[in-house]
Amino acid sequence: MKKILLMGNPNVGKSAIFTSLTGINVRTSNYPGTTVSYAAGILTVLRKNSSCASCCKSSCKGCSVGSTEKFEVIDVPGTYRLDPLSEAEKVACQLLPEGDIIINVVDATNLERNLNLTLQLLEMNKPVVVVLNMWDDTVHKGISIDPEKLSKMLGVPVVTTTGITGEGIDKLIEYIMNYPPESVTKREYKNRWAAIGEIINAVQNLEHRRHTFLERLQDISIHPFYGIPIAILVIIAIFRVIIGIGEYLIGLMEQLFERFYTPLIMSLSRVLGGGGVLHQILIGDISGETIDYEAAMGVLTTGVFLEIGIVLPYILIFYIVLGFLEDLGYLPRLAVLFDRFMHRVGLHGFSIIPMMLAMGCNIPGILAVRNIESRRQRFITATLTAITIPCFAQSAIIFSITATYGTGYVVAILGTILSVWLVLGSVLSFFVKGTTDTLIMEVPPYRLPAFKVQLRNLGSRIYGFLTDAFPYVLGGILFVNILTILGVMDFIGKLAAPVITGIFGLPEGAVASFVVGIVRKDAAVALLEPLNISGAQMVVGVTLLIIYFPCMATFVIMLKELGFADTFKSFMIMVIVTLLAGTYIRAFMAVFNDPWIYVIFTVLLSFAVMLVLSRIADRRHRAKYA
Amino acid sequence: MTLTDLKIGEEAIITTINGGHGIHAKLESMGLREGSRVTKKSAVPAGGPVIVQTGNTQIAIGAGMANRIIVKNTD
Ligand SMILES: Nc1nc2c(ncn2[C@@H]2O[C@H](COP(=O)(O)OP(=O)(O)O)[C@@H](O)[C@H]2O)c(=O)[nH]1
Ligand SMILES: [Mg+2]
Repeated sequence: MKKILLMGNPNVGKSAIFTSLTGINVRTSNYPGTTVSYAAGILTVLRKNSSCASCCKSSCKGCSVGSTEKFEVIDVPGTYRLDPLSEAEKVACQLLPEGDIIINVVDATNLERNLNLTLQLLEMNKPVVVVLNMWDDTVHKGISIDPEKLSKMLGVPVVTTTGITGEGIDKLIEYIMNYPPESVTKREYKNRWAAIGEIINAVQNLEHRRHTFLERLQDISIHPFYGIPIAILVIIAIFRVIIGIGEYLIGLMEQLFERFYTPLIMSLSRVLGGGGVLHQILIGDISGETIDYEAAMGVLTTGVFLEIGIVLPYILIFYIVLGFLEDLGYLPRLAVLFDRFMHRVGLHGFSIIPMMLAMGCNIPGILAVRNIESRRQRFITATLTAITIPCFAQSAIIFSITATYGTGYVVAILGTILSVWLVLGSVLSFFVKGTTDTLIMEVPPYRLPAFKVQLRNLGSRIYGFLTDAFPYVLGGILFVNILTILGVMDFIGKLAAPVITGIFGLPEGAVASFVVGIVRKDAAVALLEPLNISGAQMVVGVTLLIIYFPCMATFVIMLKELGFADTFKSFMIMVIVTLLAGTYIRAFMAVFNDPWIYVIFTVLLSFAVMLVLSRIADRRHRAKYA
Repeated sequence: MTLTDLKIGEEAIITTINGGHGIHAKLESMGLREGSRVTKKSAVPAGGPVIVQTGNTQIAIGAGMANRIIVKNTD
């Protein structure tokens, strides 16, 4: 089978074209570095009978008889050049020799810059088809390009496409079918930029036109004075909206459960005789006419309700918002605005992107770390992400369970996480060897997200969530119930008591949370619910569940991305941070049992620590380079 | 004059990029090289990045690097 490589600069629409060609949905989003490892798919084409090629009568029999041919299509990570600087670019260069046909996807609104890679590809002596994507955008931008002339000058076919609608893909497939040509002429460009200049002058015409609304929006969101305040407002607004709508949807879900699911469980309960071991495992503690789904702890009650009733509504609204921001192109702007701030924790602005993704699920967050060139920054980003950023499934349960304790305690938990981020970040920045690079990043134009694409991405995220989460949540609760009935949980609880009870002041039963938390964080937090603990204990328990370990799936990805040595270091840091944070929260709350005093003091203290540490680091840095 | 000194909204030509091969290659691949025309779009205050536009591409350059890109006015 022939291999087709889709290659091009980051963010030009390679993944969109890949989806059109293969029907396989891969993530597309409007910032450089979405595709960090490659995706492969199959393109099947129907070769018409050659004698019938010119016939177009639908009644013609010859046309429908033909042979099918398959091509393997590979969505290669974006690259600016063929001498790689980052991990993602290395992947691209390693794949190159395997390709039989190279489809060079080019952003037509940025032809000059994109041609740099095109000419390098042409020098590789491979059959190349150039795809001018974003063709729809050239119109709004007053750019006109002559594809035929370009094709002549480059000596390869040129096709114009619009990746999000699939326009021009038919034409592209036609070229693929008639490829490769008999021979590829060897090309060499002595002065690449001069050659590019010549091509641009010949094929491209720019027209001045008024700024569009999106361009004005673009300017305001990186404005020197308004940029940062707007970003802060946007973030606050987003969380208000997510929590507001999430709560509303949960309310609806509760009614649906009560109406349709409760009667089912009730009759199952009767069938099981209202008690016994199996009843305990599957249904848990229910009494009377209604079921407290959060506290019952049965696999079919709490297990099902957690995922469908609480986590799903939150995840749904979270991914709608994140997906919109991603495709619009807001994330790289956040990276620019908070670049200076991120330097205080030894990172540059780009690290905001993995961290935002991690709020949905840590795994894509850690994967995105691959785009960072320096090892030091990769390590700090991954460690901070794994320790301080709860996934949204976990956040959902945190919001819904701690809400009954009052806003103060929810804020106390968030404030603690922020504080750990600030202090740990500046400590890591201080001690981890290496330097922090300067941010150099393309800021893509805003693009209005296509509804169809949004829906498809949302669908695949939700599907991924459900298939990943369900078995683990139900399995986790089943596992805990069985261990509890067998008395094993009590035994582990006694073993862990010196730490769990002695240091953290939590009841022995909390050990179940920490066991389940290794695989699934939402279920782990939910297991704190039936313990009837105080607000202060809740802050300790929930915070520690966030930081002590990411979920196992994330940890495995860390191993792959960071290697054993760095992951082990990261793990040791988790243990130390957990012990310190647990001790601190418990001690503070024992003296001032007020979440507001606690959170205000803690956050201020950690900002102070960060400022002092980064001051010292700056001085040290200056002394070294003075 | 460096990119940092250039006023927002003004156009200039890059004359020198003070940096190693890696930096040159990275900037070049985004379309910034000696001789490129750039317009400064914004600069995040208190030592944040500078954002310049060249052609239809906007590029953010951290303050540490912006200081090392020398430009001259176009006219
Ligand atoms: N207007 C427009 N947007 C496109 C087109 N192709 C892709 N996009 C959008 O451009 C962004 C980048 O696309 P993606 O496929 O992720 O690029 P990749 O990084 O090269 O894989 C996404 O937001 C896409 O929805 C196109 O032809 N026209
Ligand atoms: Mg992609």
